[in-house]
This record gives sequence, structure tokens and C-alpha cells, in this order.
Amino acid sequence: MTFDWSAVGDFLPAFFRGVLVTLQALALGSLIAFALGLVWALAQRSARKAVRWPVTVLTEFVRNTPLLVQLFFLYYVMPEWGVTLSALATGVIGLGLHYSTYTAEVYRAGIDGVPAGQWEAATALSLPRGRTWTAVILPQAIRRVVPALGNYVISMLKDSPMLFAIGVLEMLGEARQFSSQTFQTVEPYTVVGVAFLVIAYPASLLLRALERRLAR
Amino acid sequence: MSDISWGLWQLLLKGVWITVQLTVYSAALGAVTAFVIGLARTHRRWLVRFLSGAYFEIFRGTSALILMFWMFFVLPVGFGWQLAPMWAAVLTLGLTYGAYGSEVVRGAVAAVAPAQREAGIALGFSPAQQLWKIVLPQAWPEMVPPCTNLLIELLKGTALVSILGVGDIAFGASLVRNATTQSAPVYTVILVMYFVLAFVLTRGMRAVERQAKAGIGRPPAKRASLFRRAGGGRPATAVPGAGAGATGRGEPR
Repeated sequence: MTFDWSAVGDFLPAFFRGVLVTLQALALGSLIAFALGLVWALAQRSARKAVRWPVTVLTEFVRNTPLLVQLFFLYYVMPEWGVTLSALATGVIGLGLHYSTYTAEVYRAGIDGVPAGQWEAATALSLPRGRTWTAVILPQAIRRVVPALGNYVISMLKDSPMLFAIGVLEMLGEARQFSSQTFQTVEPYTVVGVAFLVIAYPASLLLRALERRLAR
Repeated sequence: MSDISWGLWQLLLKGVWITVQLTVYSAALGAVTAFVIGLARTHRRWLVRFLSGAYFEIFRGTSALILMFWMFFVLPVGFGWQLAPMWAAVLTLGLTYGAYGSEVVRGAVAAVAPAQREAGIALGFSPAQQLWKIVLPQAWPEMVPPCTNLLIELLKGTALVSILGVGDIAFGASLVRNATTQSAPVYTVILVMYFVLAFVLTRGMRAVERQAKAGIGRPPAKRASLFRRAGGGRPATAVPGAGAGATGRGEPR
């Protein structure tokens, strides 16, 4: 096996462009996932069946079908319905939507973990419903699920190469392009693989440390 | 939906068969990997623990799709090993999800009360006997629910192979889309197909769980909704946080 370091050098500019796109998709995707997940979690606690049921069905469906197919669906079907977005925007929506169904479960667990006494105290102080949520329940619930949310960000990072399938030039897309232009396959794919390790491993260590701190 | 002719339906159904095959073979390889690596991570020798830990971190840290590209394009060029696409895909998925599974195995084995092992020592069981007759039978029911989640993730992961030209459901869908020039019907159909597969898998695993729990005299876990799996997350990706409450154990390391 020959590993050509000069090819690595040639690949680097494109690689860093790819890293930037990946991180962009990751940041925006996480924002959508965090926000939408909270919406699902709250909707599933609604007193109305007409709200609970559709949300449960939707989240179960999205969670149990492949992200890749969902991306294709968004990318090919939305234009047929008259909504045309860039590949990156489609990818961000797809990632965010898919992972919002996971974060919804995380929030749900967090909310369930708030002791009943907190609810009772809020009632005793006759706090209005909105304020009970924003000032009492959610701050406690979210604090304890931060590490779990972080884990899904790492999962999302590892799923981000799928965006390449709808034409986003993130890390894998750049590697593919580079290898088809120069016929050097070993170096770009290896660089990208190592890059994932270099990003994901310290991030998971960080989260473990964070969890240990919050668990005290 | 009427635009999809019988010939095109056949393409999709053939894809379902390939997806099922991929899932079964990868799950088998993944299970073997999970047990070997998971048990190696509890081994007495630090070298074994270190190597298996490194395997876990490497395969968990990188993306399955990248690894698949690597298997497809780098192995043939760099090492001269050309695998059939189907087997390269099975190898990638099995090794990746096996790494996730190893965390499940390790956690479940570590959660067996130490007194159980000590009793085995006191009765003069060999280490292998302790493992087979005492530890694994008690750890197994704990492993089933998180393994169900992993199986669903694996099923979803098989869609990746379509990018590399293996004829699974998603690949069939791209062919059908080209033939009918309409995306909405075919992608809706295959999303439902994946959902049905996942549903069947969950139901099957629930039966396995019931049986495993009955085997050690515990009632099956109660579940709220039609489909909810305990924890609802990817347990092995997660350090056991709120999402992985199903496994209900801390970090014994």
C-alpha cells in the first residue's frame, strides 16, 4: 500500500471547505433538533388526544425510517410541491427533523425525571402554567439531559456524510470529488475517516466529563 | 401510485429482500463482534482491554458511511482486496454496529451483581463456566431492549448501501423514480416499507425479551404506546444519560 502524502497536501484546501460545510450543517441541524424536539415532547404531554396522537405517529414514523431516504424524500418531493431549497438547506432540515424525534425522547425523560414535589410547589405558589414550565420544570429537566443531547450531536455528526448523497459538498463529498478528479482514492477517504475520529473522540470524552459533573 | 407498474413493484420487492438479507447478515456479524469485544473489554489483562477499547472507540468514532466508502474504494486500491459489494456492506455494518453492541454487552455483564460471580468461584466454577452458566443468563435479558434499538438503527443503516450501488430498497426507489419521473409516490411507499420492517423487528424482539425475562423469573417491562421502545435512543452511542435510562445503570468503569 502506498500512501502519498503530497496527495494529502493537495486535498487539504478542499477538505477544510468540507469541514466548514459539515460543521455548518451540524450546528444548524442541532438547533432545529433541539427546538423541534422540545415541541414534540411538550405536544406529547398535551391533554388533548388530537394533539398527542398525530405527534406520536409522526415521531415514531420519522425515527423508524432511514435518514437517507428521508433526505431523498425532502430533496426530490419538496420541489414537486413547489418548495425549492438548496441541497444544504434540505440536508439541515432533514438532519434536524430526524434527530428531533430522538431529542424529544430525551426531553421526555428529563421532564419525567423532575420530582413531583416541584410541580406541587409550583401549584402551591399558584404559578401560571407557562411560568411553571419556563421557570421551574424546564430548567431542571434540560440541565440533566444536556449530556444526552450532546451525544445526539455526535451521532448527527456521524450521519452528516449522508448529505453528500443529495449533493452537499461536505467532507465526504469533497473527498469523492477529489478522488474522481485525481484518481487518488486512498488518501482523501483516509483523511476524512481520521478527521471524524479526531472530532468525535474528544467530543465524547468531553461529554463524559460533563455528565460526571452534572451527575453529582 | 398507479404510475408504478408491476415491473417496478418487483424492483422494490427485490430490494426488500436484499435489505432483509443485509440486516440479518450484519446483525449476525454484529452480534458476534458485540459479544467478543464486549467481553474482551471486561478481561483481566489490560492489553486485551486496551485493544478492544481501541476497537470500540475507532468504530464508534467514525461514520458508517465513511467506513463503507473506505471498504469499497480504499481496500481494493490500497491492499488489493476486492470484496463483493454486498459483503463489503455487511462487513461495514456488522463491525460498526457490533462496536455499539459491545457497549451493551459490557454494561449488562458489569451490571450482574458481583456476588453472583463470587458464588461461582466459591463453588469452584471455571471462568468459562461462570460466564456461561451464571453471568450471561442473567445479563442477557438486560441486553435485549437496547439491542432492539440497535437493530432498528442497523436496519436504517442498510439504506446507506444504495449509495454504493447495492440493490436494496432505497436503490430500487431511485430506479423507480427515474422510470416514473415522480418522486412522491415511490418515496412514500418505501418509507412505509422501512417502517413496516422496523415494526416487525420491534415486535419480534419484544417476544424475545418476554421470553428472556421469563427465563429468570421477571415480568416483562410495561410500555406506554403502540411502538415505544424503552429509552427510545441509541443506547450505545450515548454514555448512559437520560435517554438510556432503560438500561438503568451507572458507569462501573
